[in-house]
Amino acid sequence: MYVYQDHDQTLLEERVAQFRDQTRRYLAGSLSEDEFLALRLQNGLYIQRYAPMLRIAVPYGLLASKQLRTLAHVARTWDKGYAHVSTRQNIQLNWPAVEDVPDILAELAAVQMHAIQTSGNCIRNVTTDEFAGVNPDEIEDPRPWCEIIRQWSTFNPEFAYLPRKFKIAVNAVPDADPALIGVHDIGVQVIRDGNGDTAFQVWAGGGLGRTPMTGQVIGECVAWPDLLAYLEAILRVYNKYGNRDNKYKARIKILVKALGAEKFRELTEREFAELQGGPMTLTDAEVTRMRGYFTDLDYQPAGDGSALRQALDSDKAFSRWFHTNTRAHKHDGYRAVVLSLKKTGRAPGDISDEELEAVADLADRYSFGELRNTHQQNMVLADVRDEDLFALWQALDGLGFATPNFKLMTDMIACPGGDFCALANAKSLPIAEAIQRRFDDMDFLHDLGELDINISGCMNACGHHHIGHIGILGVDKKGREYYQITVGGRGDKVSKVGSKIGPSFEADEVPDVIAKLLDVYLESRLENEAFINTVERVGVEPFKERVYA
Amino acid sequence: MPEMIRDGEIVSNEWQRLDADSIAENGVPESGKVIVPLAVWQAKKEALKARGDIGVCLDPGEEPEALADDVSALPLVAINFPAFKDGRGYSYARELRTRFGFTGELRAVGDVLRDQLFYLWRVGFNAFEVRDDRDIQEALSGLKDYTVTYQGDVHDPRPIYRRA
Repeated sequence: MYVYQDHDQTLLEERVAQFRDQTRRYLAGSLSEDEFLALRLQNGLYIQRYAPMLRIAVPYGLLASKQLRTLAHVARTWDKGYAHVSTRQNIQLNWPAVEDVPDILAELAAVQMHAIQTSGNCIRNVTTDEFAGVNPDEIEDPRPWCEIIRQWSTFNPEFAYLPRKFKIAVNAVPDADPALIGVHDIGVQVIRDGNGDTAFQVWAGGGLGRTPMTGQVIGECVAWPDLLAYLEAILRVYNKYGNRDNKYKARIKILVKALGAEKFRELTEREFAELQGGPMTLTDAEVTRMRGYFTDLDYQPAGDGSALRQALDSDKAFSRWFHTNTRAHKHDGYRAVVLSLKKTGRAPGDISDEELEAVADLADRYSFGELRNTHQQNMVLADVRDEDLFALWQALDGLGFATPNFKLMTDMIACPGGDFCALANAKSLPIAEAIQRRFDDMDFLHDLGELDINISGCMNACGHHHIGHIGILGVDKKGREYYQITVGGRGDKVSKVGSKIGPSFEADEVPDVIAKLLDVYLESRLENEAFINTVERVGVEPFKERVYA
Repeated sequence: MPEMIRDGEIVSNEWQRLDADSIAENGVPESGKVIVPLAVWQAKKEALKARGDIGVCLDPGEEPEALADDVSALPLVAINFPAFKDGRGYSYARELRTRFGFTGELRAVGDVLRDQLFYLWRVGFNAFEVRDDRDIQEALSGLKDYTVTYQGDVHDPRPIYRRA
């Protein structure tokens, strides 16, 4: 992973000092509520329903074991002993005190962590495929590009007060979109140009939230040295022309749609023409340096596989977990392992201080001391030897992280919702739990196969409900919590926004509605046809009819 | 005279900034350093250009391109921030300095506060009318919040990976 140089560390320490001073001035009354709001948001600090929430940046989801231990320490010392994995691969603390935040930041800075630009109207944490670097399907490791973008966007003076938040994702897998670039403000697709060199197809104008839409290709084939100049050109167009009068129309997607892709491209190209070939041009030396941080780990040659085969043959539970929660790896003899943070009764994505420490130990023991957060609110140990899988599974089982439900129905995405969030219209977590409790038969879940259920407590869509195969959105109806259901969204191969099936439901009706949707699927599916494929084949109508019959 | 920050020092503000209404009523003063809105400049450009003591103020939505032919004749351009959260002026400043090669005084006016000063300076502002209910001495220290930057800026266009 990226290794901090002296200047990176100095920057973090200067940030801690700056935020300490800002907090002091706020508490002393010399910074107004509104002024501090913008400053604290750019530092990931929200004032929530019951307490502040601090969102800690995890660049492209990658964590070292010592960082996990510091997070455990922070959660224990300044919070209630647990943390939450967000859909931007970040970590959130739900109960810190405002006056403690500078000390928390100092503690984090000691292990190269921070909360810079995890909120506010600026460029947020850049995200990518949680299997980046080990995914056999990728054309190259996208993380060096993520780090290059991270540094360019960090404290970029021109783009700190954008019309609205701005999210960038990078994907290096052809024909699939594990990083969801289609629903990002900018999506960067790593491609090969005609000479076989790295280049980028640059998308802009995607986003979820109130007006979900998928982005459009603005840059067909941007040469790698021009990546930052191209991104800067897009940001400059957005900064100048994005809507600032209405926050619901302020995202870049609204601008791209209003201008049309053609006009937006023209404006971008004009800015780009001035920047191309200038000092922002990336150098071979810099890209080589960045790639150097993400080279192959010290992989051992594959064994004969007999131990794994034997374990798979003899232990049915292990075999089920292996087939569900581990993924193929670039290197023979290794697998990527998903830790499910979706055991029934656990708020999706929550992890306690002791569990963070236990996971850090497992990362050290089995996966080169590294771990990733996923946008589906799970964790990944990406580099586990086949020989170690059985022992790791036993350890994970003891921790409650071995639920074999990766990508299955109970592997839900859910925002913290009305239990925590001041923006929410409705609770998310009890809905997730009610669904998990109703559908708790593992054989049934495995027979159902892949099914994404995503739950958001309001239309800001932190739970990505639009792109769930089944999406659940909390809405407020005359002061009561209701839930609107969508079907047919997807965020896997392509990003697609689901269709509303009709009027919304009360909380206790939701599991029954889900059951009816599943019935339609089970009755209509062809052999080996996944839920989403059935929806796309038969349309939303039969689902609608059954639910409202 | 009120105080302001110019080139890292607290100095007296010898410029008078007039809005369109007061100019409509009283006209542009015959002498003295005056900052006028873009519309006034455009209407009276031929007369004002020769004076050398007229600056122009851009509001959000008024792009520097409007001054493309005038930058060499202008001693001062002000960019107004009606609210500090409206960041258009950052791109305007950068354009004035890099695209149009403006070398005169570039002044941030309006809701100008200590915590934005470092960014404003990096994109090309060298002068700041800090909001008058704030301690200007304290604001001055905002220019020194960071010693490390990743990106190039108008002072050193090289990003960190091109510096020695």
